[in-house]
Amino acid sequence: MELEKFSYDNKIVKYFAVASIIFGIVGMLVGLTAAIQLFYPIFNFDLAYTTFGRIRPLHTNAIIFAFVGNAMFAGVYYSMQRLLKARMFNDLLSWTHFWGWQLIILAAAITLPLGLTSGKEYAELEWPIDIAIALIWVVFGINMIGTILKRRERHMYVAIWFYIATFVTVAVLHIVNSFAIPVELFKSYSWYAGVQDALVQWWYGHNAVAFFLTTPFLGIMYYFLPKAANRPVYSYRLSIIHFWSLIFIYIWAGPHHLLYTSLPDWAQSLGVAFSIMLIAPSWGGMLNGLLTLRGAWDRVREDPVLKFMVVAVTAYGMATLEGPLLSLKNVNAIAHFTDWIVAHVHIGGLGWNGFLIFGMLYWLWPKMWGTKIHSVKMANTHFWLGTLGIIIYALPLYVAGVVQSLMWKQFNPEGFLEYKNFLETVVQILPMYMLRAVGGTLYIVGVFYMVVNLIKTASQGSFVNNEDAEAPALEKKVITGGHWHSVLERKPVLFTVLALVAILIGGIFELIPTFLIKSNVPTIEAVKPYTPLELHGRDIYIREGCVNCHSQMIRPFRSETERYGEYSKAGEFVYDHPFLWGSKRNGPDLHRIGGKYPDSWHYYHMLDPGAVSSGSIMPSYPWLFEDVIDLDKTAGKINALRTIGVPYQDRYEEIANEDLGRQAQKIADNLKEQDGIEVAKEAEIVAMIAYLQRLGTDIKASK
Amino acid sequence: MFKYYFEQVNNVEVWPIISLIIFITFFIGLLVWVVKVDKKYIQDMSNLPVEEDAENNKNQFDYV
Repeated sequence: MELEKFSYDNKIVKYFAVASIIFGIVGMLVGLTAAIQLFYPIFNFDLAYTTFGRIRPLHTNAIIFAFVGNAMFAGVYYSMQRLLKARMFNDLLSWTHFWGWQLIILAAAITLPLGLTSGKEYAELEWPIDIAIALIWVVFGINMIGTILKRRERHMYVAIWFYIATFVTVAVLHIVNSFAIPVELFKSYSWYAGVQDALVQWWYGHNAVAFFLTTPFLGIMYYFLPKAANRPVYSYRLSIIHFWSLIFIYIWAGPHHLLYTSLPDWAQSLGVAFSIMLIAPSWGGMLNGLLTLRGAWDRVREDPVLKFMVVAVTAYGMATLEGPLLSLKNVNAIAHFTDWIVAHVHIGGLGWNGFLIFGMLYWLWPKMWGTKIHSVKMANTHFWLGTLGIIIYALPLYVAGVVQSLMWKQFNPEGFLEYKNFLETVVQILPMYMLRAVGGTLYIVGVFYMVVNLIKTASQGSFVNNEDAEAPALEKKVITGGHWHSVLERKPVLFTVLALVAILIGGIFELIPTFLIKSNVPTIEAVKPYTPLELHGRDIYIREGCVNCHSQMIRPFRSETERYGEYSKAGEFVYDHPFLWGSKRNGPDLHRIGGKYPDSWHYYHMLDPGAVSSGSIMPSYPWLFEDVIDLDKTAGKINALRTIGVPYQDRYEEIANEDLGRQAQKIADNLKEQDGIEVAKEAEIVAMIAYLQRLGTDIKASK
Repeated sequence: MFKYYFEQVNNVEVWPIISLIIFITFFIGLLVWVVKVDKKYIQDMSNLPVEEDAENNKNQFDYV
C-alpha cells in the first residue's frame, strides 16, 4: 500500500515542556516560601500579597495547572501523534491551546496574590478565568479528537483512552464545580451552599487529582515507560481492565475528603467503600508499569530515565495504597486536618508527577534534539537529590501529623484536654516543618541540575521542528463485526461517550440525592443569613485565604467538642456560599469562635498575633486596619446571594448599608469601651470582627 | 435548581438498579473479552509504542 508522508509537530511539544519547567521552578519556589512561612512567620513580609493564605493557593495552582498541566500537554502531544501516526489535527488549535493556557496561568499568578479567589480549593480562580479555562480545554479536546479522527492507526492504544477520559472528565468537573453567580468582574459566590457546596467541591477536588494528575500520567506511563525500557508493556490485557475500572471507581470516592463532617452518613460511607475498591485498579496499573521492566532491571541501574520512572511508579503505588487507608474512618479521624495529608499529596506530587515528568523530559530531550544526554552523571545527581528530597520532605510531615493529632486528642487524668492551647501543638512540630523545607530545597536543587543538563543537551544537538514520518493511510474499507470492544476502539466518538457515561454515573448518584432529599440537610430555624457587615467580613476572610489554615468544621469527637464547642451541623451552613470548612488546621478551628473572645482580642490579634499569643505562626494583617470596606458593593452582594436562594427580603439591598452602619458603630463603640481603641467604623477589621463574632453563634442563641 | 427537575422523575429508585446491572454486565463482558481476545491483536497493540524505534532510530536513547 502507498505510504503517506507527513510530519510530527515537535515544536509544540518543546514549548509545553519548557513552559512546564519554568512554571515548575516558580511553583516550587513559591511552595518553599510557604513552607518557610510556617516556621518563620516573618517571611510573610507583613504584605497582603505575600501572606501564606494567598501564597498557598498560588503554589498549588502553579504546580497542578502550570507545571503538571504543561507537562501533561507535552507528553500527550508527543505520544498521541506517534501512536496515531498523524500530525496534530490543526496547528492553529495547538498554538491557541498553548498560548491560551499560558495566559490563564499568568492571570492566576496575578489574581491569586491580589486575593481574588473563589475560596474553593484547587478551584480558586475567579469566574472570567474559569470561562477561559473551559474554552481552552475545549480547544485541546477538539484538537485531540480531530487527531484521532484523522489517524493512520486503526486501533487506539490504551494511552489514548486515558487521554480521552482526562479530557471528558476534567471538562465535566470544572464546569459543574465552577457554577457561580458573579458579583463583579473578579468576585463571585459559589452557586451551591454549605454541605452541597462541600460535596461538589470534593467531588471536583478528588477527581481533579484523579483525572488531571493521574489518568493523563498513566497514559504517559503506558507510552514512555515501554519506550524507555524498549519493550512492550507487561500486560496489555491488564491495562484494559485497569482503564475501565479506574475511571469508573475513581469518580465515586470524593466524599472521603469529608469524613466525620456534616455530610450525610450515606455519602461518607459510599466514599469509603469506593476508595477501598480503588486499590485494585491503582495497583493493577502500578504493577503493570513495574513489571514492564521484567528482565530489564539491570538497565534501571544505569539509565536515569528508568530510575526516575521506577521511583515515580513506586510513589504512585504508595500514594494509592495510602489514599484508601486514609479513607478508613478510624484512620481519617487521626489524619484529617493534619500534615499527614500534606505528606501524602507530596508523595503523589513530587514522586509520581514530578519524577515521571523528569523521566519523560530526560527521554524527550535527546530524542527531539537528535543527540545524547549531556551528562548522565548530572541526571543521576538530580535523581538522588530528588529522591532524598522527597524522603526528607515527607517523613517529618508524617511525624508532625501524627504527633499533632495525638496531642489534639490527649486528655489528662482529670478529664480535661492535656494541651488546651492549640498553639502548644503547633510549637511542638515546628522542627519538622524546618526539616520539610530542607527536603523541598534538595528537590528544587535537583531540578536546577536538570535545567542545566537539558540546556547543554539542547545546545549540543539540533532541534527538528517537524519530524518527517510516513505511514500507510487508514483503509476506508468498512469493517463490520469483530468483538464489541475492538469495535469500540475503532470508534473514538462512541468510546468517548461511553467513558463519559462511566464517569457521570458516580457523580450523579452522589450529587443528586444530596440536592434532592431534603432530610439530608435538616434546616435549623435559628440559622439566619449573614448581615451586610458580616458578609463584607466573610469576603475579607475569603480574600485573605483564612480557609487555608483554619477549618470551620467541628467533628463529633469529644476532643473537638471539648476544645471548640458543639459539633457542626449541616443546617448551619445553608447560607454559606461558598462553604469554608477547610482541609488543614495550621491554626485552630473557627466554627464556634463567635463570642469566645471580646472584640478587642480580635483587634489586637489580627494586628499582631505574636503579641497576643506568644509564638504564634499566624501572619499580621496590618492592612485590614487601614483599608475600608466598599459600601457601594453591598447591594450587589445582597442581590447576587438572593438570586441563588438566600432569603434576604425584597429591596433589602436599599437599606442594607444602614444596618451595616449600625452594626459597625456598635463594634467600634465596643472596642473603645473595652480598651480605648479608636477605629474607623468602615475599616475592614470591623467587618472581619463582625464575621468572626457571628461564627457558630446561630445555634448557641437557640439554646 | 436540580431538585425541581428531579423531583418530577417517576420511579427514581429504579435508576440505580438499572445502572448497577449495566455496569456489572459491562465489566463481565469486558473480562470475557479480555480473556478471549485474539493474541495477535494484543501483541500488535502492546508493540505500538516501541515499534517505531525498532524501525528507524533504535539506539538513540541508549546513551549510557
